[in-house]
Amino acid sequence: MTGRIVVAGASMGGLRAAEQLRAAGWSGAITMVGDEPHMPYNRPPLSKEVLAGKAPFESLAFTPKAAAADVEWRLGTRAVAARLAERTVTLDDGSTLPYDGLVIATGMRPRRLGCPGPLTGRHTVRTLADAQGLRDALTRPGVRVVVVGAGFIGCEVAATAVGLGVREVTVVDPLPLPMVGPLGEQLGRALLKRHEERRVRFVLGTGVAGFEGDPGAPPSGGGGRVTGVVLSDGTVLPADVVVESVGSVANVEWLEGNGLDLSDGVLTDGQLRVGGRPEVVAVGDVARFPNARYDGVPRRVEHWSIPTDTAKHAAKALVAHLTGAQAELAPFAPLPTFWSDQHEFRLQSFGAPVLGKDDVRILDGDLDGDVLVGYHAGGLLVGVVALGGQAAAMGAARYRAQLLKQPALTA
Amino acid sequence: MKVVVDMNKCQDHGQCVFAAPDVFSMDDEGHLVYVSDADDTLRDEVEEAADVCPLQAIRIEA
Repeated sequence: MTGRIVVAGASMGGLRAAEQLRAAGWSGAITMVGDEPHMPYNRPPLSKEVLAGKAPFESLAFTPKAAAADVEWRLGTRAVAARLAERTVTLDDGSTLPYDGLVIATGMRPRRLGCPGPLTGRHTVRTLADAQGLRDALTRPGVRVVVVGAGFIGCEVAATAVGLGVREVTVVDPLPLPMVGPLGEQLGRALLKRHEERRVRFVLGTGVAGFEGDPGAPPSGGGGRVTGVVLSDGTVLPADVVVESVGSVANVEWLEGNGLDLSDGVLTDGQLRVGGRPEVVAVGDVARFPNARYDGVPRRVEHWSIPTDTAKHAAKALVAHLTGAQAELAPFAPLPTFWSDQHEFRLQSFGAPVLGKDDVRILDGDLDGDVLVGYHAGGLLVGVVALGGQAAAMGAARYRAQLLKQPALTA
Repeated sequence: MKVVVDMNKCQDHGQCVFAAPDVFSMDDEGHLVYVSDADDTLRDEVEEAADVCPLQAIRIEA
């Protein structure tokens, strides 16, 4: 088999794609292009075990499968342009890679707050370097921490900071409850209570208007070190360390100029193909795909399970095309799952709770203890979330088979 | 096929149990138990289990 598949992005989605291309029978060349200097590593521990100092880098690195041992790695370089009509990708070192197949796996980067103020002392958590820098900052004595954004990452970081002994940890969010977007009000309230009982302070219903810095430093243009967070009501929260966990932005700029829908990640069809080109597929959280299990509306999904699920399906579709096999693949229909560890409790989710937030029922337990919550749409169970210890998580797992068996939801 | 789970890493997420129920299971307390000497016919399932392990704690040796 001759030819080359270029995988743009060398994190989990890219690695899984390479492995699954081999599993699907591709024996031609595979070239991986990744901007970080590291081989692919597991990111969930960055906001937890790595910040807490419990996980060295070696423990995060994925072990590539033997079948992918002959893959070419071009690390510390990134794709800056693509010409899909000519089947080439241009890298930041100026070289051009021709391809027969292309896997888009460039993922996301943290969204940054655009409001004025100094840049030093403001952190995000996406890469190993980010997490190491934030850990250094959190372990200085007496630091005051403000986390902007009460989503999963923000709440995990806040919990880890408290666990590290940081005395002042405040989470700010314009929404009224933590994690309310994905989980709804009931669990949002239960999570708020648990965090507050563990010394995390919340300022909710308030946005951030800017940052204060050292006097003497230029007021704008990134000079000086952050000393405070200015809220939209004018209040200033003193801060030595700011964590911005306000969502993410898709790394798709390199695909511009090809007539693709890049409005939120890269739009794919039900087989993860891009732009009507069977030789181009997208995997991981950059892919906006319709899930045949639900309403067919294309969505990006930033769960840890998605890179593996998408890679498996996209690799089959791509190899079938490149080898001329006429395999008709069933539409992609993954069952989403995610977890989040905060303090000593775990959230475990199966299905799509976000689609059933208007009909939430307690399936077992109560919101003050271990609880199992069901999310429904059109009377059907579409998602289950457990909050608490291991027994609750096992309770959620019992509903997984039911979620898998249900007929597809229609809009 | 020899299956090895790094029990220092394992946090009992249970994703492996869905992928390879013949090899991995949970005891009554929700802790992982597994068959270390698994039949070769289960290789695809065990590879899937290794892929979906959130802690990447599962290895196949030979």
